[in-house]
Amino acid sequence: MERRLVLNKTAGDFAGSRSEYKLQNFFKKSKGKKRVTFLTKILGNKNIGDLIFERLTLLFAMLVFFLVVLMGWEMYSNSTLSIKTFGLKFLITSTWDPVAEVFGALPVIYGTFVSSLLALLIAFPLGIGVAVFLAELAPGWLEKPLSFLTELLAGIPSVIYGLWGIFVLVPWLRDSVEPFFQNKFPNSPLFQGAPYGFGMLAAAIILSIMVLPIISSISRDVLKSVPNTQREAAYALGATKWEVTKVVLSNAKSGLLGATMLGLGRAIGETMAVTMVIGNRPEISASLLNPSYTMASVLANEFTEATSDLYISALIELALILFIITIMVNILARLLVWSTERKWK
Amino acid sequence: MEMKFPMKKFIFYKRRTANFVMLSLSLLAALITIVPLVFIFYYTISKGISNLNIDFFTKLPTPVGETGGGMVNAIVGTIILIAIGGGIGIPVGIMSGTYLSEFGKNKFGILVRFFTDVLSGIPSIVVGVVAYTLVVIPMKHFSALAGGIALAILMIPTITRTTEEMIKLVPQSYREAGLALGIPKWKITVMIVLKTAWKGIATGILLGLSRAAGETAPLLFTSLGNRFWSTDIFQPIASLTVYIYQYSTAPFKDWNDQAWTAALALILLISVLSLVFRIITRSKYKA
Repeated sequence: MERRLVLNKTAGDFAGSRSEYKLQNFFKKSKGKKRVTFLTKILGNKNIGDLIFERLTLLFAMLVFFLVVLMGWEMYSNSTLSIKTFGLKFLITSTWDPVAEVFGALPVIYGTFVSSLLALLIAFPLGIGVAVFLAELAPGWLEKPLSFLTELLAGIPSVIYGLWGIFVLVPWLRDSVEPFFQNKFPNSPLFQGAPYGFGMLAAAIILSIMVLPIISSISRDVLKSVPNTQREAAYALGATKWEVTKVVLSNAKSGLLGATMLGLGRAIGETMAVTMVIGNRPEISASLLNPSYTMASVLANEFTEATSDLYISALIELALILFIITIMVNILARLLVWSTERKWK
Repeated sequence: MEMKFPMKKFIFYKRRTANFVMLSLSLLAALITIVPLVFIFYYTISKGISNLNIDFFTKLPTPVGETGGGMVNAIVGTIILIAIGGGIGIPVGIMSGTYLSEFGKNKFGILVRFFTDVLSGIPSIVVGVVAYTLVVIPMKHFSALAGGIALAILMIPTITRTTEEMIKLVPQSYREAGLALGIPKWKITVMIVLKTAWKGIATGILLGLSRAAGETAPLLFTSLGNRFWSTDIFQPIASLTVYIYQYSTAPFKDWNDQAWTAALALILLISVLSLVFRIITRSKYKA
């Protein structure tokens, strides 16, 4: 009866016609019987549009998932030649000689880690300092523009950092900073060799500028996630502002560590700026002034020049190692940040 | 009392000094962060502005030794590369972000979210290597398409996560209002939820696009670079960032100067891009 009413409403001139009579009969027949068709079997109570939409978005979500898997697989399958030829020697020998087709990646792995860790050594205290300033000290009117400026720093293309490095930072290091350190510490192994400007020190400084915004912005979020009751409790005990900040920092320890590790992940994979200032020589040296090389720089410099299959596959293996290292660093970092932010929810 | 506890006063001053010193250090750190930003902008503008003229935007690069010339091919090339990247990356990002927020409250959703984060941490040069093995090797030559695909992969995580976060901000009552009117769920998602969240999503897209415009590493061995005029997406194509890299590492003074101009042009291009994008999204989706 209800259905008839609706029908009559939606199609006024339909009423009274022969078709209407037929439809009425149809409803009478199907009354009380649940019709099961192919469509109702799949859909249940769902709208067909809903189902298509859900599956479509699922498809794209799966695409993102498979993309990562595909990336790993592509690099593995394209580097099997090198993996079979060199095996573990690829990681622990230090001759990188494309002419003789001998590839040992130790110097570039060393260069990657040392440059990134040096960068963190500079960026970590600064980044935490900025985060403390933004989250604990700065008044509202100052916090917003300052956060914007640090984010702007993160938005500058890495090739522009490199350009600035070549023409501003490197000459300054070569003419003033490096001779100064050589005069101050003539016997220190850290400052041996000719002061070219291009080298580990320049790379570490450029990298530290580049990872600073990541460390500071994530640390700020972590510090802000610590609830105010913690601060109020410390104030109530008569703590000074710095002592309150210490309480907050110790509460956010693992999150801050995570922020630093995210910075490390970025530094390890950073390519252009480092390639432009590090000097690009696969050598292991204790001196900060000597040129070095990183995994990403090797790829940037040599990939288009690689002619033999073994050379290309060695380079792709390098990319695979870089891929695995950055994924592991990132996973660890995310878990750490997550654990702190989660604690207070 | 004072005489009895001389340590008390000492500790009091020590605490106050520590407070002052540490807070000043924190302020100092904030100031130091701003210094490189000022430096980089100052040098890019002051060194780049002298060569920034009409020729730069209308002429092709000149051969080595000849002064003058411009980078019109690189500017157009960069725009084409971003367009390809956006054309692939934006729909994938929005759709997967929609999945995560609307249907992603299960194990697969957590997995996808996790993989999106993983993807955002992968170095851009590695993405370039993968685009090389996936597109350049089968096609047997470098192409703008390969570069665009690399840029798309780099954009996807940003757009996905922003879309998810922005959709989550849409109040549940909006959806309920739609359901009360008997609208199917997919229409509610597309026409009410996505439209409400559009401004935030557009910011995410903008972020993805401007980052892609500044990428160099994934383009080095995918789109390669081209000294001539080309808009064919199956051929190598020029881009501003690759030019900046090549011109700054070359031993010619006028090339180095042009690298600064290209850097300034790149910053201008990104600013114009964000401006145009903001105008488009505002006029079209204003409530």
